[in-house]
Amino acid sequence: MNTATTTVNGHSAGHEGHGHHPAGLMRWITTTNHKDIGSMYLWFSFAMFLVGGCMALTIRSELFQPGLQLVRPEFFNQLTTLHGLIMVFGAIMPAFVGFANWMLPLQIGASDMAFGRMNNLSFWLLPPAALLLVTSMFVPGGAAAAGWTLYPPLTIQQGMGMDMAIFALHILGFSSIMGSINIITTIFNLRAPGMTLMKMPLFCWTWLVTAFLVIAVMPVLAGAVTMTLTDRHFGTSFFSAAGGGDPVLFQHIFWFFGHPEVYIVIIPGFGVVSQVISTFSRKPLFGYASMVYAVAAIGILSFTVWAHHMYTVGMPVTAQLYFMYATMFIAVPTGVKIFNWTATMWRGSLSFETPMLFAIGFIFLFTVGGFSGLVLAMVVVDVQMQDTYYVVAHFHYTMVAGALFSAFAGAYYWLPKWTGHMYNEKLGQVHFWLSFIFFNMTFFVQHFLGIAGMPRRIPDYALQFTDFNQISTIGAFGFGLSQLLFLYNIITCIKGGPKAPAKPWEGAEGLEWDVPSPAPYHTWEVQPVVK
Amino acid sequence: MTRAAQRVSLLRLAGGVVLTMLAQAVNAAYQVNFQEPATKIAQAVYDLHMMMMYICGVIFVGVFGVMFYAIVKHRKAPGRVAATFHENTTVEILWTVIPTIILLVMVWPVTKTLISMRDATGADITIKATGYQWKWGYDYIKGEGEGIKFKSTLSTPREQIDGKAPKGENYLLEVDNHVVVPVGKKIRILTTAEDVIHAWYMPAFAVKQDAVPGFIRDASFRADREGTFRGQCAELCGKDHGFMPIVVDVVSAEKYSAWVAEQKTKMAAVADDPAKVWTLDELKTRGESVYAQNCSACHQPTGKGLPPAFPAVDGSKIATGPKGDHLNLVLNGKAGTAMAAFGKQLSDAEIAAVVTYQRNAWSNKMGDMVQPSEVKASRK
Repeated sequence: MNTATTTVNGHSAGHEGHGHHPAGLMRWITTTNHKDIGSMYLWFSFAMFLVGGCMALTIRSELFQPGLQLVRPEFFNQLTTLHGLIMVFGAIMPAFVGFANWMLPLQIGASDMAFGRMNNLSFWLLPPAALLLVTSMFVPGGAAAAGWTLYPPLTIQQGMGMDMAIFALHILGFSSIMGSINIITTIFNLRAPGMTLMKMPLFCWTWLVTAFLVIAVMPVLAGAVTMTLTDRHFGTSFFSAAGGGDPVLFQHIFWFFGHPEVYIVIIPGFGVVSQVISTFSRKPLFGYASMVYAVAAIGILSFTVWAHHMYTVGMPVTAQLYFMYATMFIAVPTGVKIFNWTATMWRGSLSFETPMLFAIGFIFLFTVGGFSGLVLAMVVVDVQMQDTYYVVAHFHYTMVAGALFSAFAGAYYWLPKWTGHMYNEKLGQVHFWLSFIFFNMTFFVQHFLGIAGMPRRIPDYALQFTDFNQISTIGAFGFGLSQLLFLYNIITCIKGGPKAPAKPWEGAEGLEWDVPSPAPYHTWEVQPVVK
Repeated sequence: MTRAAQRVSLLRLAGGVVLTMLAQAVNAAYQVNFQEPATKIAQAVYDLHMMMMYICGVIFVGVFGVMFYAIVKHRKAPGRVAATFHENTTVEILWTVIPTIILLVMVWPVTKTLISMRDATGADITIKATGYQWKWGYDYIKGEGEGIKFKSTLSTPREQIDGKAPKGENYLLEVDNHVVVPVGKKIRILTTAEDVIHAWYMPAFAVKQDAVPGFIRDASFRADREGTFRGQCAELCGKDHGFMPIVVDVVSAEKYSAWVAEQKTKMAAVADDPAKVWTLDELKTRGESVYAQNCSACHQPTGKGLPPAFPAVDGSKIATGPKGDHLNLVLNGKAGTAMAAFGKQLSDAEIAAVVTYQRNAWSNKMGDMVQPSEVKASRK
């Protein structure tokens, strides 16, 4: 699609770059380089992924059999809450910001992100926020235990762990808003000559839409948790009926943030998958323009469906009908994307390296999550499913098999560019198959648990739910342990391995493959011209 | 052991494990669908869900049939050249319009079912269900049985939860007082809550309605067969969210009338004479049972609590301080904590008894007591 006509100047730029930045720890603290910052984002998110994963495994261990064995109910609730907050805000979102930092400038032919210092700040806000979340487990009263959705009045009852979670969310909000401002500015102002918007790789497009969503909704979340904070400490009654407020108001505000948030989590993944599928089909992406429109449509529609998360809260039947119809409309552009990916593969010349496996796994399992989402959109069926394990299964299909698998696809796809080495292909494929099998073992059976009536967020359950819970727990441990293969593969790839050429994938398109591997410290100091 | 022998014994072990797992799988209750519906609406939901499963299944097989054909047939091979097409307006319009039509077809019967599900008019009996941390309270407020009220608390013994006793058949799905309703009559459930949000969830009736403190919501059902039905609280409500089940007995009209009569006599019998002056021992005995039902989930049967979230009563400043402060705390709760205002939940006699019990149990030896008349005077 894009062809760089200027000569590649990566080598000389890389050479000049080395003298200008401090070495050691100060390099990472003071860096304004998009590649350094991208790497820090990616490592940070992987660390958080392991922390949140350990919490998930503790949850699953407690649920291995009926009765209370390992943890007390109050601690169990802290684990489910922190697992959600850490995975959404600490693992998935930063992972894709890391991809954006690394790849956007390379893909649009920019020398760096638009605001280097702000970029540095938006990363360095993350560790204090993570620290607040994790250490809140050790303060009197423990961490927030009201679920990641933080519904009042339960949040009003909690100890100082809740305040720490609120401040952590404020900080994370600042960080992601700044990251998004940077992304939007970079895309709008720093594209190479000839790189029109409709020539941008799909990953850039998906991030552009995502960044607007982030800027629109993170302040809404900040508002909601600030109202919780003032209700807790300063005598306001936003969410207390006794003072003229309404607990359900919080839910409306939260989900006005929360529904776009789930698209913030998944949309950049759409971009990664689109590029990976096209590369390994050795064929241009089918329906590029309709892909762009579909992503934009999903982004806009995501603001209009929030109350489908709260069908059972008690709203007028007309409101339920509206939210049901609006939600179902999102299935149309989502379907278009699935069809486009299939058509891209059709009559291509397909090969199945690890990124492609994860991308196909993504499409397959994300479609399962899409269908369960459609089932949940139907109000009357949702009345049975709401707040049961069916919902847990549904959003793990979209967030783990969706967002996480697309992040794996992207990581394997671009690792050669980042490290200059090929990763171990065989190990990558083993990682995929183990993840795929254990993921389904963990979460598919949870559909059945939910349909049969097992509520979510309970530390102990009735006997008829035992067997599926045991399968799920075994699957979770398999899934968790498989991720260590990924870590091992990355470390060995950084340390050595076969030398990667500038363009390691035969069918790959785009400016990022015109710079050498590993990408030099400074790239595109002279912008390429795209025809 | 030789290597061959090792291999054989390993195989035997593996075989044994597989056989045990298979045997378990045969015996296990792998329920993969809804509980058997007991209302027309629940049956409609069951059918709609099946319809969606079929439609989604067909689409899934169709789309991934095409994709897997490509995966098998369009692999990279020597001499294979990828096609270069990348758009086709006709196809793209078709796969936008057809799914839209399918969705409209799906949504029509759902709309009809939803409208009848939400119609709570013409109820024969209205019951208010109030969520408390962590039990349900029921008030029969209209229809046959009007005036009946009771609390419904988990009856699974603590030993079963802690693994010190074998678990019973209805583990975690059993309560002391069942909700009883007549078969074939329309029952309207009004939900509300005292402290945080709960949800009244009864799978066999396809009813799930959040119970929001300070507000009243409603749902309704008409059970078409007799039986005992079990559900749970479905909204995270704190520590014991998993331990506040719901049990509904659907009985014949005659049995229902008999139950109503029995409840009325029972309520008259236990109603406390407000003028009665209690002895210390009477208060302590009564207080112990009130404590077990209302306090021990947080403050523990030992009175040691689970600090710092749930402070100890044993040796606490409140329980060994002036009794007016103690009474006030129990009556009005403590804002910003899980300590509820029990004045709204318990009678004068119950409050008097539980305060007296707390002041004289464990290592607390205050020797004083609170009379129901004092509670009445302290109520605001």
